[in-house]
Amino acid sequence: MKEIRFSARRRRKEVLNRLERLGYKLYQQMERGEFPAIDMPSRSTDNIYYSPEYRQYVLGEKKVRRSAGNIRHLRPFTQLIWAAYFAHELTANQKTSTLRDVYYSAQAYGISFKDQPESNDIITDVETVIGFSREDFNIFPEESSAIFGDLTIEYTIPNYEGKRLNLTSHPDGVMIGPALTSAEFIETSADKVIAIEKGGLFTRFIEERVHEKFNALLVYLRGQAPRSTRYFIRRLNQELGLPVYIFSDADPWGMHIAMVIISGSANAAHLRELTTPDAKWSGVWASDIISYKLPSDKLTDLDIKRLHELKRDPRYKDKLWQREINIFMKIKRKCELEAFSRYGLTHIVDKYLPERLKQLED
Amino acid sequence: MAFGQFLFGSKYRLRQARGTFGLGGTMAILYGQITTNKSVHIISSTGTSKVYEYRLMIDIQRNRPMILNRRIYRNEKVDGKYWHGTVIELHIEGDYNRAMSKILEYLKQTAIVNPYANIIFVDPKGRLYKFDRTTTKMPNPPRETLPHPHGVDVEMLQRIIRVSNCRNMLDFMTENFHRVGVQTARQFLKFAGIKESKNPKKLRSEEIVDLVQAMKRFDGFLPPDASCLSPLGEDLLREGIIKELEPEFVAVTQRKPSTYSGHPFIVEVAIAYGGKIPNKNDIVLYRFANKIPLMYDEYGDVSWRVLRSINWRRYRVTPEMPVAVFVHICSTKIPYKSVGKETVADIPEVQREILNGVREVARRLERYLSKQEKVKKEKRRLTIFSKYLPKIAEYSTKLAGKKKPPNIELLLRKARRFEVEGD
Repeated sequence: MKEIRFSARRRRKEVLNRLERLGYKLYQQMERGEFPAIDMPSRSTDNIYYSPEYRQYVLGEKKVRRSAGNIRHLRPFTQLIWAAYFAHELTANQKTSTLRDVYYSAQAYGISFKDQPESNDIITDVETVIGFSREDFNIFPEESSAIFGDLTIEYTIPNYEGKRLNLTSHPDGVMIGPALTSAEFIETSADKVIAIEKGGLFTRFIEERVHEKFNALLVYLRGQAPRSTRYFIRRLNQELGLPVYIFSDADPWGMHIAMVIISGSANAAHLRELTTPDAKWSGVWASDIISYKLPSDKLTDLDIKRLHELKRDPRYKDKLWQREINIFMKIKRKCELEAFSRYGLTHIVDKYLPERLKQLED
Repeated sequence: MAFGQFLFGSKYRLRQARGTFGLGGTMAILYGQITTNKSVHIISSTGTSKVYEYRLMIDIQRNRPMILNRRIYRNEKVDGKYWHGTVIELHIEGDYNRAMSKILEYLKQTAIVNPYANIIFVDPKGRLYKFDRTTTKMPNPPRETLPHPHGVDVEMLQRIIRVSNCRNMLDFMTENFHRVGVQTARQFLKFAGIKESKNPKKLRSEEIVDLVQAMKRFDGFLPPDASCLSPLGEDLLREGIIKELEPEFVAVTQRKPSTYSGHPFIVEVAIAYGGKIPNKNDIVLYRFANKIPLMYDEYGDVSWRVLRSINWRRYRVTPEMPVAVFVHICSTKIPYKSVGKETVADIPEVQREILNGVREVARRLERYLSKQEKVKKEKRRLTIFSKYLPKIAEYSTKLAGKKKPPNIELLLRKARRFEVEGD
């Protein structure tokens, strides 16, 4: 698959186009007196493969067919076509919605979902069929992360269209919500992106002017990053050519937060362009616990079980990951980003950050 | 006069009858008399020009009827026919409040196996219950028959010898027993070691016992035929069930005549579903013997055991379904477990006939239920298609930016055709 780089507007158009084509195809089938049917890649676990080429999980060749001629498919088929219609309405009118919203909205159209997981699943079907993630058709998760730094964007949403904003204008950072995700990038003086798992540290970095000292855009991941944030980080990397550094807690879960940004998750194997393969996991590493003499806790049984899983995971086959997993297993300790505070609140900014960035740049 | 005296019983002849010993009528009069000391009033005519009317009591000590009043008068013709029938009035003491449900149930079940009878009951509270006949057809009455050698006991054999005029055993065997010809008689007498020429009146007491034993052991006798039986027949049993229970479905089968210990019997089985059949969270069992409902000790009955032994799920029958099974046994001798005459014993021959009968009707119920299920399923399927296809059409049209929705009539017709093919 060729790398496609859509700007926000072009991307929106493509999403609309694909939804319309789906409707047209089904319409034609019915006109011909055929039961409408949709073929899409199977998302069952036996059809999910790790692709070294894309450096992410992808779906294999296996297809599933939803046909309106099959009594068992009728209900999900109807839900799917309604969801596609609903997605089209949202995108065309530039309105946003959430998964929860979709679940309730369906009732207004006489479409019933027995519960939220069922409607979530149908939205994933729409993603699979048109090959775009739900954020692209304006269905956003509740949680959202934030960004701070010298980047000027231009809104494309109604009422704000054409307005520009510099992302240093608010000291708490700017929420990476629907409006920002669909904005176009205008200019930036930054030469890197620093993504941080925790909110406390994100605020500290702003206070300590990390964005100026290191010429960086700061991204607050808020734990496992939402997909819109992952897509946004990818755009910063691809469109602006900025290297991305990810800082998370020194434990298997923190590692995985970084990995999902880099290589994606198996759950999103049907989607592309959510990953930033060149982003770097920058810490806190297991080896940092030793070399920076960081206060640490014992790994739990669950932590160790998770480490064993990660060790076998194809995404973790690179040297750095394997080395750090082995050190975790050896020292059986973990620590949080905040552990640097033991040496003073600014220690992480004054000492750790410059050392690590220099090390990774070399 | 069968009512005023306890004889050996009014039942000397061998044929299917409601009772066993012929004492029931007399017992009812006696019970009424000892509880209320009232006489019984009887009016009867056999359809001749005379009607007989009696008022009598039983002299218990002397076991004789005491006729208090006797009247004979002219029978009046109605529609060119003499009245015939019997009217009996007697008083009985009883606890009606307690017995009411059983009495009504008894009458209802009697109506089921006698659909040609009008039953009218005015209860002590003055309420009228009517069980109207729905047919005037009646089963053929039983024909009297000779006893079958397998079913003869010493007492009966002695009686036969007493009244027989036969001078030798060969004639005795052929003339007094059911389905015994010369050939069979010869073979049997040889088997029993008795000379053909022997005078039956000269048989000694121990020889009579040996003879009865030999009769039971000898397997060369032809099985009894069923002309002495009067089963209801499939049509009448169905009629009775429909009339009293109005079921949604009923299946009836009559088994071929069979025998146990020389007694012929016929089993008739029916199964009914829905209608007024009570929902007892179990199959309702109705038992009948010679057209009489058996009301008590259901769990001791062979029919109940047969029902328990069947895996009903195989027939799509679940406990919460309103299903009733009817078992009617008719025989010259119902194999009751005890003198209470409420439960039929586990005679293997009888049990087998009941089991096969129940299986037969259960299979038919299964077919009915599965067809119902299929019809229901088909309806449901079509509903689903007509519910969802228009929506699919609507949203596809909107997505495609079209004005006119596609014609889905063809698809709905196709969906219907699928059902038929799938049937």
